[in-house]
Amino acid sequence: MKLELRGITKRFPGVVANQGVNLIVQPGQVHGLLGENGAGKTTLMNVLYGLYQSEEGEILLDGKPVRFGGPGDAIEAGIGMVHQHFMLVPVFTVTENVMLGVESTRGPWLQLDRAKARDRIRQISQDHNLHVDPDAYVEDLPVGVRQRVEIIKTLYRQSRVLILDEPTAVLTPQETDELFEIMRSLVAGGTSIIFITHKLNEVLEVCDQITVLRRGRVAGTVLPQESDKEQLAELMVGRPVQLVVDKEDAAPREPVLEVRSLTVRDDRGHIAVDNLDLTVHAGEIVAVAGVQGNGQSELAEVVTGLREIESGEVLIGGQPVGPNPRAVYRAGVAHVPEDRLEEGLVPGFNIAENMALNNYWLPPFARGLRLDREVMVARSEERVREFDVRTPSVFNSVANLSGGNQQKVIVAREFSRELKLLVAVQPTRGLDVGSIEYIHRRIVQKRDEGTAVLIISTELDEVVALGDRIAVMYKGRVVGILTPEEATFARLGLLMGGAHPEEGKPEEAAAAGAGSTGS
Amino acid sequence: MSDEREEARDVEPALDAPEDAPEDAPRQLAEAGVGDTSGTQPGPPRRRGEGLRRLLGSLVLPLLALFSAFVVGGVIIIASDAQVIGRIGTDPLGALVLGLSTVVDAYTALIRGALGDPVQIASAIASFDGLALRRSLGPISETILSSTPLILTGLAVALAFRAGLFNIGAEGQLQAGALLAVLVGFSLVGLPWFVHLPLALLAGAVGGALWGFLPGLLKARTGAHEVITTIMLNFIAFRLVDYSLRTPLFQRPGRSDQISKIVEPTATLNPILDGLRAHWGIAVALLAAIAVSWLLFRSTKGFEFRAVGLNPQAARYAGMSIARTVVMSMMAAGALAGLAGATVVLGTTRTMTPGLAGGAGFDGIAIALLGRARPAGVVAAAFLIGGLRAGATPMQAATGIPIHLVVVIQALVIMFIAAPALVRAIFRIRAERQIGAEAFAKGWGA
Amino acid sequence: MGSVTAAAVAAPAALTTSQRAARRRQRILGLIYLVAAVVMVVQFALPLDAADQSRLVLTLPPAAIRVPDLVLPSAGTLYFLALVAAFAGAIQLTRGFGARWALILALVATAFVLAFLVWVAAGQSMQLTGLLQTTVQRAVPIVFGALSGILCERAGVINIAIEGMLLSGAFSGAVVASMTGNVWIGVLAAALTGALLAALLAVLAIRYLVDQIVAGFVINILVSGLTGFLATRVLQQNQQLNTPPRLSIDPIPLLSEIPVLGAILFRHNIFTYSLFILVVLVFVGLFYTRWGLRVRAVGEHPKAADTAGINVFHVRYRNVILAGLVAGLGGAYFTIGSGVGFERDMTGGRGFIGLAAMIFGGWNPLGALGAGLIFGFADAIQARTSILGIQIPSELLSSLPYIVTIIVVAGLVGRVRAPAADGQPYQKE
Repeated sequence: MKLELRGITKRFPGVVANQGVNLIVQPGQVHGLLGENGAGKTTLMNVLYGLYQSEEGEILLDGKPVRFGGPGDAIEAGIGMVHQHFMLVPVFTVTENVMLGVESTRGPWLQLDRAKARDRIRQISQDHNLHVDPDAYVEDLPVGVRQRVEIIKTLYRQSRVLILDEPTAVLTPQETDELFEIMRSLVAGGTSIIFITHKLNEVLEVCDQITVLRRGRVAGTVLPQESDKEQLAELMVGRPVQLVVDKEDAAPREPVLEVRSLTVRDDRGHIAVDNLDLTVHAGEIVAVAGVQGNGQSELAEVVTGLREIESGEVLIGGQPVGPNPRAVYRAGVAHVPEDRLEEGLVPGFNIAENMALNNYWLPPFARGLRLDREVMVARSEERVREFDVRTPSVFNSVANLSGGNQQKVIVAREFSRELKLLVAVQPTRGLDVGSIEYIHRRIVQKRDEGTAVLIISTELDEVVALGDRIAVMYKGRVVGILTPEEATFARLGLLMGGAHPEEGKPEEAAAAGAGSTGS
Repeated sequence: MSDEREEARDVEPALDAPEDAPEDAPRQLAEAGVGDTSGTQPGPPRRRGEGLRRLLGSLVLPLLALFSAFVVGGVIIIASDAQVIGRIGTDPLGALVLGLSTVVDAYTALIRGALGDPVQIASAIASFDGLALRRSLGPISETILSSTPLILTGLAVALAFRAGLFNIGAEGQLQAGALLAVLVGFSLVGLPWFVHLPLALLAGAVGGALWGFLPGLLKARTGAHEVITTIMLNFIAFRLVDYSLRTPLFQRPGRSDQISKIVEPTATLNPILDGLRAHWGIAVALLAAIAVSWLLFRSTKGFEFRAVGLNPQAARYAGMSIARTVVMSMMAAGALAGLAGATVVLGTTRTMTPGLAGGAGFDGIAIALLGRARPAGVVAAAFLIGGLRAGATPMQAATGIPIHLVVVIQALVIMFIAAPALVRAIFRIRAERQIGAEAFAKGWGA
Repeated sequence: MGSVTAAAVAAPAALTTSQRAARRRQRILGLIYLVAAVVMVVQFALPLDAADQSRLVLTLPPAAIRVPDLVLPSAGTLYFLALVAAFAGAIQLTRGFGARWALILALVATAFVLAFLVWVAAGQSMQLTGLLQTTVQRAVPIVFGALSGILCERAGVINIAIEGMLLSGAFSGAVVASMTGNVWIGVLAAALTGALLAALLAVLAIRYLVDQIVAGFVINILVSGLTGFLATRVLQQNQQLNTPPRLSIDPIPLLSEIPVLGAILFRHNIFTYSLFILVVLVFVGLFYTRWGLRVRAVGEHPKAADTAGINVFHVRYRNVILAGLVAGLGGAYFTIGSGVGFERDMTGGRGFIGLAAMIFGGWNPLGALGAGLIFGFADAIQARTSILGIQIPSELLSSLPYIVTIIVVAGLVGRVRAPAADGQPYQKE
């Protein structure tokens, strides 16, 4: 099916998310939709999927204009979408999730015919090599399988156009390759695919054509064979981009963070960190790579005193760390948490209050039980200047700041004191390139001042760019520590997928990098 | 002690202070007003004039809500009037006039019952007649009397709101506080008043705090939703009072009904003016409002309460203890509600009976919503609701309109306050700014 | 405060599901069993005469088939039951029962209730069948309320307005039935009134995004005020408007002749029967039909339902209004179903007990029925304390359901999971 978007404009209060976007997807094509975070990719797809109604423009399917009042209409017309955040009900089985909305029923009361749906799911799963058990509960499935359930959902509805929104964000490089295989098999069957991502190498690898969005507008449409990473990056950002971080070699000194035989449980009581050893020295950046959910978050929480240790020990500057964030703060540890708005900031508070969030209980802010607001405001104003937070005043709510400025507020709060150890989890997730560069610079600066830095990130680019040493975590263990030179994507990918460290030797990795990565 | 008016004047600046503070309404409840989220106020720290303008702006919606509620109340009066309904078929205009006059009569009686007759007050002042003055101030005294516990229960709910908790249990906390206060009030004999009275008030606060501690602890330890546990604890408190008042410890000798012994004179809150019922409990309530205001906006504890209320996860990451904050805020809220109970048994009734101060705890929810979880707003709202309550009985006596009308009006006011979009739709006011309708309810599990 | 502080850092609410909490729960449960055993011995058995016998009367006239009374040696039975509870407690404390904990809990609870009855009936006789029949009667409005809550909350809207809906049904049912002289029109009016209030809740919660607890709360006081106002202003002068005809008791032929069970279950009025049918209908509907799948999807993950082409708003409106119909119907039981006129606030918190039964029953109609029967039993016992001559203050006895609810909600007995999106308004953007 041929899909055409003409002049789509979508406005939200105060923002134009899409401005006159044109997009043509040919039948049987993988069409890459590339853009920075906030460039309007997801909004555009939500318009196509009927979740939003655009103010201007039209959608044509095989040349005929269509109007979608809701996802139901889009599904009816043969459009399927795999959302970045999976749209699956955790307490339902795979069958129930897949049939939801297009249930097979029998009898006068529309009783569910689970058997019939189950058989079709088995069939689809076999046809495309998806290996999904129809009777499994979704909450028990790993993310990779959940994604395949999402794909089955669209196939079950006989979609002819498939939208994949940032599908690789949660996958290992190997799982990504498997996904690309599935995509190729679908395209061979005549399905069109719109592949949304911000990762340059991925579009170049799998797409037949690439459209780049920048600030809600189409910045260009290119063919992968006629383009390269530099050109795509420039189209995406609007200026030449430096793809590596400028930094001197590290000068590591004494160990600051020592993690010894650490075992930790997650919220559900499962072992998340399993007998892990790791050391971070003053003046070096250790970057932890790994697929989300392999114990990285729990590791960061233990180091920052937010989670209890099951066994083993964590030493900071030689002193053991207990589950006491205040003591950890006093020990000179800063923490940039994973989720800005959920964990890092209080969106209802203004900038001044957010900047005092972790030290309001210490002088000069606290005078006994009294909170000195004048000092709080004055300090905050200094830091807003120093860290270049773009805001009219410190009385502004952080909720109204851009993502980059929100992250700067956190960085300003955490970085403006003498630090022994800096723990930063996903420090640049969802930020634009300018903000990423800024945050990276500040982190390197802290390292150069002699701080030990522990970065946890699922973005391989970031890990490789920042890390002086790169530790790969898999199922709660460090399965390998590499230098940036050793850390090719292929080798990292193998380790992230749980391969034995020996398998990732450079020569093999090089070979694997050239062809497809068979394990 | 100084005159009550002096007290009130002292209150003003202190209550105003937090308005200048960079403070944010926590949730939609508190965001009922237009353009409220002060954090979004551009420019340097606010100047006085701007604060005033904001204050006026924030009054628009509550006033419109109040107006709408009275209009709907009027419709209910007319619709339930047999005479009007009887004439509507034959003489619609006459029926309407009759209906409207009934409404006007009722509301006039209500307002007069709450505030008194200005002419009477003026002439009483002019004539220097002490007795006439007292009589003319009777309605105001009644309004103050019924507002006293309402201020405290309103604060109890508002404080918990700020910490992200919905305290439906003020009613039970009030009962628990009253029970303990009355016990201390009648059982200790021979103490001087300046020891006995504070002790009895403290007992009230402790009783309420205990009743607030339980749901706080359960929430912190097990995640049990405070709405359910506080509702249940309300029922348990009623039963506990019922039971206690039949035990020899509490029951007044020679009585077979459930009534406690009488509070010793050394533990009573005395009338402000002889012959009037309003007592010094109002001073306790206003001082509590100042204290809560300071606690929330000028203290480190209040900073914690508000941070946990707005984003518990971020508060935890910043090193605050959610569990401790939840327990402490519920205890503080309980103490305020318990104090409300104490002012009633030590000042108004001087004894304890089942169903005492009926509903003041539930009214506290209305008041906290109406006052948008701000201490100054709570005080204003408490006087409003207190006035309605005080005026209701004279209204029923004069016009036969049942006192329950004010309950209906109260429900409607909360409804309109909680749904600002509804009021805007009725009066066609444009929202100044997209208010993030962020829900604070997290479901039962959270 | 020290321990609280430590716990705060160590175990915030998110960690309750961890194994540690489970272990603690096990221990608490074991302790509760042991306490139950001690109570059975100290409070029940020891004060009794060794020769005392408990006579439990099983035949409730009129009955075609007479069943002999159950006569037990009081003290002996109590010691035996205490032993059972102590044994269960000991095992629970040491090695636990694993997945069968719920079964054991039910066993100990039954033993305790039995012990209580044996104690009460010691040296005298007690009409057990009659007590259980009353239990069912008392449970009816509670279960109606719980079903209303389930319908609402399974679709993701918290319904704290059950109390108000019950009260409104009681009022309008009484008035309309009195006016028309027809119980059925009264019942219909009651259901419609409940639905009307539900529609208000739905509009406030879904359209205007009012916090759902606040909206429900508002409806409760609105109804309390309005019915109080009208009862005083209109009904007091016109008593003929408040004398509803009573719905007759219709024993079901044959079934009602079954010994014991027939009297307990099948000698009621149409309300009770329709409740049984409704419980089954909602259960089957929720878990075996398309409607139920969609409702549950909306309550668990509305965005997922939306992307699957389901109109979240329609589902929610429909279910909330349905919930109002059910609660209004249940409200009519207070007046039409019992043949009494409306009185101010006559529902007396049954709606909240219904809410508790819903949670206790894990948002499952069958569970809610079970929970409702437990609360009904406590109610029935309390209503008979004076007749039975129980030495426990009735106030404390009547607090029992509330205390049990707190224990259940606190998750000390086991984990019940609310619909994940319960209470969260859905917004497209």
